[in-house]
Amino acid sequence: MDRRHIIEHIPRLRRYARALVGDRYVADDLVQDTLERAWNKFYLWRPGSDLRAWLFTIMHNVFVNQARRRRYEIEQAMEEMPAVSVRATQSEQLELQDVDRVLRSLSPEQREVVLLVAVEQLTYEEVSGALDIPIGTVMSRLSRARERMRQLLGGQTVMPLKVVK
Amino acid sequence: MKPVAEAELHTYIDGALSEGARAEIEAWLASHPEDAERLRAYAEQNALLRSLYNPVLDEPVPAALLAVRPHAWRRYAGAAAIFALGIGLGWLVRGMFITPQMLPASLARQAATAHVVYSPEVRHPVEVRADEEEHLVNWLSKRLGTTLKAPKLGPLGYELVGGRLLSGPQGPVAHFMYQDGRGQRLTLYVSKQRGEPRDTAFRFSQEDRVSVFYWVDGNFGYALSGEIRREQLLQVAEVVYKQLNP
Repeated sequence: MDRRHIIEHIPRLRRYARALVGDRYVADDLVQDTLERAWNKFYLWRPGSDLRAWLFTIMHNVFVNQARRRRYEIEQAMEEMPAVSVRATQSEQLELQDVDRVLRSLSPEQREVVLLVAVEQLTYEEVSGALDIPIGTVMSRLSRARERMRQLLGGQTVMPLKVVK
Repeated sequence: MKPVAEAELHTYIDGALSEGARAEIEAWLASHPEDAERLRAYAEQNALLRSLYNPVLDEPVPAALLAVRPHAWRRYAGAAAIFALGIGLGWLVRGMFITPQMLPASLARQAATAHVVYSPEVRHPVEVRADEEEHLVNWLSKRLGTTLKAPKLGPLGYELVGGRLLSGPQGPVAHFMYQDGRGQRLTLYVSKQRGEPRDTAFRFSQEDRVSVFYWVDGNFGYALSGEIRREQLLQVAEVVYKQLNP
């Protein structure tokens, strides 16, 4: 295993970045920054550990740093997001657009968890490691994010989720 | 029946569950249609998100991303005789100690657009011609609020045609145009950047037929555009960077 293996992961890093930030160019910038950091910090990677999870960790850190710098812009973008339900649609294309719009209305923290679980299919433990948050936090973000998406997509009245212990 | 925890419900759609656990959750769902409906919706979200973003996996990876590795610099150095080893090492060291930062990809697009709009102009390619270079540079410096320089690219075969003031999304933009003996034009786009000063490495972007090298240095974004090969443009970009940062 050497640095060249990083290249094998680029398509999946691009998929995650695209889903996370939406814009193709901004996403590829995020991938590029992640790769630069990965190359330069490669000595920190523990051989034998999951390279892909390590790359997601780096991307998360780059994303969070950028988000902190761009908080104002993000907050502005969030304000523009419709808090109203998306109407139910017939065609699949519209359905995909709706799910994307609803995805963007999640907080970045929730969006990261949903995408790592649903699209990247990381285990909850891997998500907890990549984002450096306790597994309970992974589960609560996942649960809130999914419920918010469901309500916005289904056009249902917003009800607090019953917590069953 | 023992209540099923919220986390376990999610596990049911996301991952590996033992047969026993699976059967237990299925029994719960059979008698709790609201939870069953909720999980059905979550599973559908998974499927929709995957069909939205899995196509990214099949896209060709942009060359700029494949080029992100220390070896890349040496390869271009070989192609570009002017790329002195010292500068190359300088860039490597720079990359190691400067945290990579967000560079607006839009910079490359704006620069490429300006290039495409102005470089085919025969009669009015610039607002102020190179014979009034001092006036041009002073004027643009004043508008951008910094001391600009029009790089000298004569040794590479490109002479200054002149420049103009443009309006960019972040305010005024200085636009310099160069031309070689065969009429091949390059443009340098200099735009003030919002936010804190920062530095980035060179980035490459291919915008249709226009190749763009762009970078941020302090409060300004620079983008060099031309319809020439990437290696040739990199030579020029290196010289531009060196002259602006003596």
